[in-house]
Order: sequence, then structure tokens, then C-alpha cells
Amino acid sequence: MSSENGKRLLETDAGGLNFEATELTLGLPGEPRVTSDGGAKLGSKRGFSETVDLKLGDNNQEVKLGHSLQEAAKSPVSKTQVVGWPPVRGFARRGKKSCKYVKVAVDGAPYLRKVDLEIYNSYQQLLTSLEDMFSCFTIRNYLNEKKIDQVNGIEYMPTYEDKDGDWMLVGDVPWQLMKSSEAVGLGLKTAPKYSSTN
Amino acid sequence: MSEDDERQQSPPSDLEFVSNKARNCNATGSGSGHPEFQSTYPDQVLENVLENVLHFLTSRRDRNAASLVCKSWYRVEALTRSELFIGNCYAVSPGRATARFTRVKALHLKGKPRFADFNLMPPDWGAHFNPWALAMAKAYPWLEKVHLKRMSVTDDDLATLAELFLGFKELVLVCCDGFGTSGLAIFVSKCRQLKVLDLIESEVSDDETDWISCFPEGESNLESLIFDCVECHINFEALDRLVARSPSLKKLKLNRYVSIGQLYRLMVRAPQLTHLGTGSFSPSDIAGQGDQEPDYVAAFAACRSLVCLSGFREIIPDYLPAIYPVCANLTSLNFSYANITADQLKPIISKCHKLQTFWVLDSICDEGLQAVAATCKDLRELRVFPVDPREDNDGPVSEVGLQAISEGCRKLQSILYFCQRMTNAAVIAMSKNCPDLVVFRLCIMGRHRPDPVTGEPMDDGFGAIVMNCKKLTRLAVSGLLTDKAFDYIGRHGKLVRTLSVAFAGDSDMALKYVLEGCPQLQKLEIRDSPFGDAALRSGLHHYYNMRFLWMSSCRLTRHGCQEIARAMPRLVVEVIRSADEEEMDDVVGTLYMYRSLEGPRTDAPKFVTIL
Repeated sequence: MSSENGKRLLETDAGGLNFEATELTLGLPGEPRVTSDGGAKLGSKRGFSETVDLKLGDNNQEVKLGHSLQEAAKSPVSKTQVVGWPPVRGFARRGKKSCKYVKVAVDGAPYLRKVDLEIYNSYQQLLTSLEDMFSCFTIRNYLNEKKIDQVNGIEYMPTYEDKDGDWMLVGDVPWQLMKSSEAVGLGLKTAPKYSSTN
Repeated sequence: MSEDDERQQSPPSDLEFVSNKARNCNATGSGSGHPEFQSTYPDQVLENVLENVLHFLTSRRDRNAASLVCKSWYRVEALTRSELFIGNCYAVSPGRATARFTRVKALHLKGKPRFADFNLMPPDWGAHFNPWALAMAKAYPWLEKVHLKRMSVTDDDLATLAELFLGFKELVLVCCDGFGTSGLAIFVSKCRQLKVLDLIESEVSDDETDWISCFPEGESNLESLIFDCVECHINFEALDRLVARSPSLKKLKLNRYVSIGQLYRLMVRAPQLTHLGTGSFSPSDIAGQGDQEPDYVAAFAACRSLVCLSGFREIIPDYLPAIYPVCANLTSLNFSYANITADQLKPIISKCHKLQTFWVLDSICDEGLQAVAATCKDLRELRVFPVDPREDNDGPVSEVGLQAISEGCRKLQSILYFCQRMTNAAVIAMSKNCPDLVVFRLCIMGRHRPDPVTGEPMDDGFGAIVMNCKKLTRLAVSGLLTDKAFDYIGRHGKLVRTLSVAFAGDSDMALKYVLEGCPQLQKLEIRDSPFGDAALRSGLHHYYNMRFLWMSSCRLTRHGCQEIARAMPRLVVEVIRSADEEEMDDVVGTLYMYRSLEGPRTDAPKFVTIL
């Protein structure tokens, strides 16, 4: 039997955390982080599948990301958790009360991603996660009007389709409202979609 | 027993023995008596007798022992072994296995080591079923059963099984991956004699193929259909019809896409079930509020043979009372997907007097465990999983629950317990109260956590377990542990075959104690512990007796592992690199080594270096 392996990647991503300081390493509390034998920082794990595709707590079959995405995918991996610990299998979530899956499509990308809105607590978390998933595209951080580093000069506007079938701009309604209204309906018809501007 | 010089010209088979009996009686002239009574060659009689007797020998350990007696016994044992178990698919090649054992009907293969389940191994490491499937298609066309654990199985492999083995009856896939619903569709459509299809904790990709509809029409031989791990929608109407035409069906475990209303319909169709996985155990979204709810209690009451209950994947606890009628008969109950409280558990568990196996989430808290201890006097196996598997200071279960279980469930043989805190006292109590323990796996989720009451390491607790539980063969340790704990294990854990170590120990001595002290050790998996090359060397006398050794994020160097590889030619020493490691780093990220008759495997991916 398996249980959620606790890869709550974005729950701990409370924005602005200094990941270096919270990175867990082998050794008792208070020990210096760099060990004397140089290279091996024991206990800080380089996750394997985490750097390849972000399995956000489910085992839906997802399209494997290309190599370029691996690099970007590394950073949001929760640094406050060690890979594979505790040793609980990640094939299915246990005891999760609800999940709100939506399909995410980006114009021009050949694949969709499935995202569980349940694990995010704010638009910021969602956008950060999506940006890492689709890091070859630049996603405009509409909420803060911040320009995120441009990779190829094209910006994307995060939009979503609500239950009436209308395309809405992400950020118009409070997070909780969007989350609860989007997941309504049979199956997972709603799909936040990113359409390119300019 | 004479050597078989005279018989070397004819390869043994039972048909040949029968005909040789008549032929050889003139050739030898050995033995006394009237020619008419000299109808068989004495050694041949012995071999026939042996063959008949060995047919009854089922334990593979007994068979392995028998095969070592002499060449004759070796040969006859090989002929009569019908179930082939291979604990590490890379220890022997398909060709070698099929050459020795020529009449195999059932194959049991294991692939990746257990730590692969926790993302400690990159995907595509290996353990491909394909070469085995092809070899067996040639060697054992009569093959009936395949049981795989942690292997990579493709859709093509499934097609091979269904197409090339006409009498194929049983497929069990545990923790496997690499295939999807389209593979399942081909498999079930062509496998006309299928009795058992058990998919357990496997990853099945959703190719959006309706595989349930692909079972052939007409009466089915299905006895067991387990697909609770399959994370895809299924065609319920087709499933309903399938169950209706499977009169022998005894085991049915549904996935979470089956609602409780649908479960009801299936239960009405199949009251003869002995093992039931309930699916979601909640209504589908479509069900209207005003609809008449079916009589779930009656459905459960009709299942008089039900002994094993699981599922509850998205449970609405209001529906739990429906299972009351079966509680008294249950020997196995799996609530490990049901986030329920102690109060929700109590009315159920208080009726489960016969329960022997119980899997549950820690949401029931110590209080829930106390309720279990109060009723389940026959409990043999307990697993307590975390709802929230993170390191934390507080958790819902603790030493209180463990103590209660140890006092109430004296016949306990196997325990897996996840918690945030644990005391030596509770572990010591369990070691004394439960002397029948064979498996003790304690996972204190906070790494390096000492006994919160005394501040001491957890050495004494685990020490007591190995000292007092004389039948212990499997042990997993956690919490703050010094070398002393491993000294205890080496001194007293004489029957230990599987040992799991994580974030433990102070120095090489710990590993030395274990490698030098535990003669039965076969599987050793270690992560994030300060053991280096010197410790590795101390096991040279023993590695050929082991199935494997796994060490990740320890203090091994490449040249240390190289030394082992040079000293032991029949050991395959794999160094597995993670994404950020350079190929020629001296520091070893992961060492996985295992005995093998075949030398380095040819299918190793780029991130694996075989020394």
C-alpha cells in the first residue's frame, strides 16, 4: 500500500523563502552545512523524478518534459523535504479529501499538463508552478505586473475558462472563488489556457 | 547412489524413462534375479521414485537443498520444478534459467530494489520484462502464471503473454510500470483462459482505451480481478456485464472511479465475493440529492463469504455503517486510504474480532489504536500509514498507540508504523509483549530524533527488539541511532534477512557490526548514513550470500567500490549517478550491488556505471 510521498512542492513555497537556509542535510542540528569531505553534501538529495517532471501528488501519466525543462524544474522542488523520505510510496494519495484537477494548455506547446488546484493557496503559487512547468515560455505575472525574465520575447497571459465557457483573466476573482467555481462540473472540462499576446 | 555415466547419452524426460526401462534391462545385466523380473534398471527406478517424490516438494529452499545432493538429484529437481522464483532478474539470464528448468509453469520475477519506490533511482534503470517474455515463449509455451514485482512491462510484453501462451491463466503485477490501458486491452481480449488479473500498486498509463470492454464475451473463468491502482476511468456497464458472467469471481478490487452506487450493483451481482475493494465509497457527482439510496447494508449482508475488505479511496464516512454486517467475519481490513477519525473507526473495529491484518491511516490517532488493541486479539499484521508524510514535531500517533497495540495484540507478527515520536520504553514493551514478531519496521519520520522522554538515542529500543524477538527476519530502523544499535543487531539479529537503515549510525563500525554479525542477511538497504569504504570491505566474506546491497548518500568512493568489484568477480557493482553528478566523480551517489552469474548487464542506461 502506498501513501502520498509528501511532495507538497508548493505548499511550502510561501514565497521569498531562503531555500539554502532551510535545506536539510545530514547531521545534528547546529552542525555546519558543508561537510569536511567536500563534495558530498549528505542528506541534501538530488531528486530524480522530481527534476524530470513535477508529479504534483498524483500519478496521472504526464508527458515527460524535455531536457531544457529539467533545469527549470529543479528550483521549485521543495527544498524543505528530502527526496524519498519518509519512505511512503507515491502511487496514490492517501486520505486526500478532494482534488481539483484542471488541464493546462499553452499555445504553441505540444502537450498539456494536469494541475491540482487544491494544492495551491494563492495565484502566486499557481503561476510560479506553471511558469516552471512551461519554462520555455514567459508567463506574465499579471497580478504584480512584474516582468519575468524574457526567454524568447513572447509573453503569455494566463487565462482560464470558467463554468460558463467564458475566457477569464487569471486574477480577476479571489483565489478561493476561482478554485471552487472552476472545479464544478462533470469531468475536468475547465482548462486554464494560456494564449499568446503580441 | 551411482553416478549417471550410463545414462548420459539420453537426456532425461519422464517419457524417455518409461521407454528406457525396457531398453536398458538387456544392456546392463546388473542386478540379480530372473530376467522377466529384471524389468527396470535399478538407478532408473530410483530416479523415477525421486521424480515422483520431488513433485511434492514445493518450498524453493527445500528444492535448492535437494538439487545439491548429487547430479542425479540436481537433474531430477530441475525437471520437477514447476514454479520458478528469481529474486533479482539480473542474477541470472533468461537463457540460463530456461536451460536448467525445462518444465516451468509459473514464473515469479523481481526487478528493482525497494528504494526505487521512493524516487531514489532514476526511471529507466532497467528490470525489463521483455527478454524474459521472449525466452519463455520459446521455452515454456505451456506457461500459466507470471508474477512480477518492480519490473518494467510494456504493452508489447502484455501482448506477448496473451498471444504466445495459449493456456495463460494468471498475471500478477506488483509495483510495475511501463504499460497502459491499451496493453491491458490486448491482454484481456486474447487471454481466453484468464483466471487472475491482479494489478497491485502499479503505474498504468491512461491511453484512454476501454480495456474492460475487451474481455471476451461468454462465460468468463475470472476468479480475481484487482485494478484498484489503475488511475483511469473505466466503462462501468462493461464491468457490470463482466461480473455478471464471471460465476467464479471471488476477488474484486475496484478503482476510485467506481462510485458507491456502482459498487452496490456489483455486489448484488456477486455476493460470493471473498475479497472486495470498494472503490471510492462515495457517491458520484452526478447522483441527485433526492434519489433513493440503495440498501447498502443489505448488499454487504448478502456477502456472507467476505473476509477481506479494502478500498474506501474517497470515503464519505457516513456510509461506513454499511459494512457492519461483514465485520465479524473479516480477517483483513485495509483502511489505508480512508481518512477517518477514532470515533468513526470505533463502531467498526469493535465488531472485528477475527481481524488478522489491519492497514490504517494515522488519522485514527492513538485513541483509534487503543480501540484496535481492545478488540483485535488475533491481529497478526498492522500497518499505520501517515496522512501527512512530513517531518513534524507533532503527529497523531505515538508511543502511546504502539504500547497499546503491544499490550492488546500479543500475537502480532508484522508491524509497519509511521510516527513522529517514539520512546524506547514503548519499543521495549513491544519486544516483550509480542515475541512472535517476524517483521518490525518503525519509521520515526523526524530524522535523527531521539527518545523525547529521555533524550536518549533509540538504540535500546531496537536492541530489545533483536534480543527478545527471536523469530525476527525483517527490520527497519529509524530515529537517532548510534553505532551501539548496530552492535545489538549484529549480536542478536541472527535470523535477520532484510535490514533497512536511514539517517543512522556514527561510523563504519555500525555497518561492520551488521555485516560481520548477521549470517542470514540477504537484503541490505542503506541511505544517508556515514558508512564508507572500510565498512564496505568488511562484508566481502558475505556478499555472495546476499541478494543485494544498496547504499545511497553514504560515504563511499569510487575507488572503494572498485576494490570490491575487483575482489568479487561474480558481483555486479553498479554506481548510479544522479543528474548533477559528473561521470568521474570519486564520490559515489548510489551503490547498488548484487550477485550474478552473468556479469555486467548489457541494458544498463548511461547514468549507471558498472565497475
